[in-house]
Amino acid sequence: MNGRTHPLEVSAAWFLALLWIAPLAYAFWSALHPPEYATSFSLTAPLTLQNFVRAWNQAPFGRYYINTVVLVVLILIGQLILSTLAAYAFARFKFKGSGIAFALVLLQLMIMPDVLIVENYRMIGKLGLLDTIPAIAIPYLASAFAIFLLRQTFKSVPQELVDAARVEGAGPLQILWKVYVPLARPTYIAFGLVSVSYHWNNFLWPLIVTNSVESRPLTVGLAVFGAPETGVDWSIITAATVMTMAPLLIAFLLFQRLFVQSFMRAGIR
Amino acid sequence: MNAWLLLLPAAVLLVAFTHYPILATIRHSLFISRRNGTEVFVGLDNYRSMAADPIFWKALINNFWFALGTIPTSIALALLMAVWVNRNMRGRGFLRLAYFTPTVLPMIAVANIWLFFYTPDYGLLDQLRGLFDLAGWNWLGSPSTVMPCLIVMVIWKEAGFFMIFYLAALQQLSPDLEEAAAVEGASRWYTFRRITFPLLMPTTLFVAINAVINSFKLVDHLVIMTKGGPNNASTLLLYYIYEVAFTFQDSAYAATLTVVLLVLLSTLALLKFGYLDRRIHYQ
Amino acid sequence: MKFFGRTMVAAAALAVLSLGAGPAAAVDLTMYYPVAVGGPVTKIVDDMVARFEKENPDIKVTAVYAGNYTDTMTKAMTAMKGGQPPQLSVLLSTDVFTLMDENAIVPMDDLVTDKSWFKEFYPAFMANGQIGGKTWSIPFQRSTIVMYWNKDAFKEAGLDPEKAPATWDEMAAMAKKLVKKDASGNTVRWGVEIPTTGYAYWMLQALAIENGQKMMNEPGTEVYLTAPKTVAALDYWVGLSRKDDVMPKGSIDWATLRTDFLEGKTAIMWHTTGNLTAVKNGAKFNFGVAMLPAKERRGSPTGGGNFYIFKSATPEQQKAAVKFIHWMTTPERAAEWSIKTGYAAVSPAAYKTKAMDDYAKGFPAATVARDQLEYAVPELSVHENGRIYKFVGDAVQAAVTGSQSPKDALASAQQQSDRVLRAYK
Repeated sequence: MNGRTHPLEVSAAWFLALLWIAPLAYAFWSALHPPEYATSFSLTAPLTLQNFVRAWNQAPFGRYYINTVVLVVLILIGQLILSTLAAYAFARFKFKGSGIAFALVLLQLMIMPDVLIVENYRMIGKLGLLDTIPAIAIPYLASAFAIFLLRQTFKSVPQELVDAARVEGAGPLQILWKVYVPLARPTYIAFGLVSVSYHWNNFLWPLIVTNSVESRPLTVGLAVFGAPETGVDWSIITAATVMTMAPLLIAFLLFQRLFVQSFMRAGIR
Repeated sequence: MNAWLLLLPAAVLLVAFTHYPILATIRHSLFISRRNGTEVFVGLDNYRSMAADPIFWKALINNFWFALGTIPTSIALALLMAVWVNRNMRGRGFLRLAYFTPTVLPMIAVANIWLFFYTPDYGLLDQLRGLFDLAGWNWLGSPSTVMPCLIVMVIWKEAGFFMIFYLAALQQLSPDLEEAAAVEGASRWYTFRRITFPLLMPTTLFVAINAVINSFKLVDHLVIMTKGGPNNASTLLLYYIYEVAFTFQDSAYAATLTVVLLVLLSTLALLKFGYLDRRIHYQ
Repeated sequence: MKFFGRTMVAAAALAVLSLGAGPAAAVDLTMYYPVAVGGPVTKIVDDMVARFEKENPDIKVTAVYAGNYTDTMTKAMTAMKGGQPPQLSVLLSTDVFTLMDENAIVPMDDLVTDKSWFKEFYPAFMANGQIGGKTWSIPFQRSTIVMYWNKDAFKEAGLDPEKAPATWDEMAAMAKKLVKKDASGNTVRWGVEIPTTGYAYWMLQALAIENGQKMMNEPGTEVYLTAPKTVAALDYWVGLSRKDDVMPKGSIDWATLRTDFLEGKTAIMWHTTGNLTAVKNGAKFNFGVAMLPAKERRGSPTGGGNFYIFKSATPEQQKAAVKFIHWMTTPERAAEWSIKTGYAAVSPAAYKTKAMDDYAKGFPAATVARDQLEYAVPELSVHENGRIYKFVGDAVQAAVTGSQSPKDALASAQQQSDRVLRAYK
């Protein structure tokens, strides 16, 4: 675009960038070196994977991984199915009260399940689902955000395509599946990435509804594991921390462009 | 094909986990539950005790400072980052990666890392101060510094996220404008101030409102770093609700506090939709 | 992973049973427990549970580590309200009023055949759990506050490394000598640290007792925070940092204090004896353990966790729970637990076991907490414990951070406590 970016500005941009990854760099540094070096830096410190081994052995991280993966997959599938159907209804059907219904859906954008912890806990209790993975997932399955995004996308589907499908004798559900869904692929990917990273990282609600190792996701497991009372040292905590964020981080590094574009697409609404 | 049938699954869950809970919260705030399980209608009594509860006021005020501390700075930084990343600068890909990375990390993990930075004496910050012969400081244990410390961390976590919105907006701006301004001999700063920034105003408003909403639900780090202390200096409304509801098992009072949070969020919702309605055409 | 609710599992189990594939009926127990000290405590618990299960194949115990004491109590109560209470739990011995108020627990009296069991424990550890003529809990990970001191630091400061301070004045005076500053006048070692987060009420109670002041009444309906001697206790504490400059200003974290001590950042720390083994394993210097110093008298509240059995458990589960508790608290196991963690063993018989006796001979610090029992009083325990602890903790933090005077801070805590406790009179 232009070559007149002042060198000073370039340095400033780089300085900020280095500052921004420093915490992460520290986490990796501490996780990869013996505990003696956790609080004192030295270039000659030997590398080790021992911290990861010890962290892995001290808490059931394997279980936490499985739980988290099951959780985010469950939520994503639920969200995609439910919101596809609902968005289709809003985008292509004219029915009485659709305006009010849509406004009621959008309410969830402002008042997220995250703040209704007290009542939602009661509800989950009444359903007898406490301390299960579905209990963490259910309040998030109907996502106003996903409905909103998909509705926007569906509305932009050309009527000619729909008519053509109809002429071929496709019913409403077939049209949805054959015409709308394929065309909304970028939106699905965008929402999917946002949803997965949100729920991989979610903490307060899972903390409240889970009690046992069998249902705890990684974040809750990490919080319980890292409680400073237990006197686990920094190297092990950072190793566990790195383990918790590693899958997301690796995915992010691999599909960086996709991530940024997805967050953009999802963010603009 | 009935549209209502398509809506049904989502509607059931939305009603069960959003609409009904909102109404139930309001209802429960008007009752107290006796230890034998019965509920007694007490009118506005819970609200009266709330008005007399210093911790509630402290949490509310903290929420205000937390929002004020995090939002303007992270928005300014986000804008700066976006402008940089949008330019053809050396290592642009790396810069974008570096700025955005904190966004994808779990708050809980981030809190663990930053907790070490703030540890008195042997934490990173104090080690750096030590290089300049400065005494260790109890960052998270002093009421004067705990909030700023958390604010710095949250700015770090959020700026990259807001950057994305600006980046998207910048990419939609016509490059002609800047070029025209350059031909006219306008300085970059002048161009930015008089042309780019005003054009980005809708994005700024949008990001700001989102950021405020976000600031009300961001409490994960408190669980790890301060538990709201010292002496409630870092507690936030949602964290206090969590404490009252689950540690003190006082669901009536927790409902009362939640109503306040709901009122705040609804006010923001009206603001946002009033504004959004003008920008995006729903129908 | 736990995918389905218990009801589903129960239904599935029932289906299996009705098919005639019935295995020996096993009793399932879920137990929540907290960790408040250093060391591989979860491993130790898991190991003991595994051995119990091996000896009792008909009982299955799922021990769930749920965080610190507050977290664990929160989990237990929350799970109970949600309809999935554990069958037994290790919770603060002082949570007894709250648990009774919530109708959560059953007294042990009706579950045991031989009540002479209760007499095997130190009476000081039974005190918090015996209310209205009933025994509501059995002591397990019990403690008193002890004073750890760094002998090497004492030597370096020209003090007798074998002599710990015995009075408040002595501690303040010694601490002054123990403070070490670097060339630029920054403190590199503090004299003494008393933790102000997590269990600040506990530390304040220790100081108040030493000053001759009770903190609460027996029915658990009153606290005495504004008594002049309680205020004086907090004055002394705050004075250590704000007046004498021997303790860091601001709040001192319970959880990381042990690390401070081990890294030589403080020469003396007050902490639970439950941390003893972690300190022993981590210390690269000579250290000693002593009873807390006296003002009017010596003293420390007891502390730590007891076993509770939940009301909602079936009679078989309650019976199995008693069996488990019995197994965990036999003299041999109590001795083992004490050696591995540093907690006081709960019965005199435990100290007479060979293992404990040998251990204490080589490491006399192991019996300080027990010896201190002579001066110990029951830990602060009232209705709505969680709230009152928060009020007291907030007051302590307000005072040590200098945002309020000890007197004002305690007055405000007293006022808030009175309002909460009014309902229980």
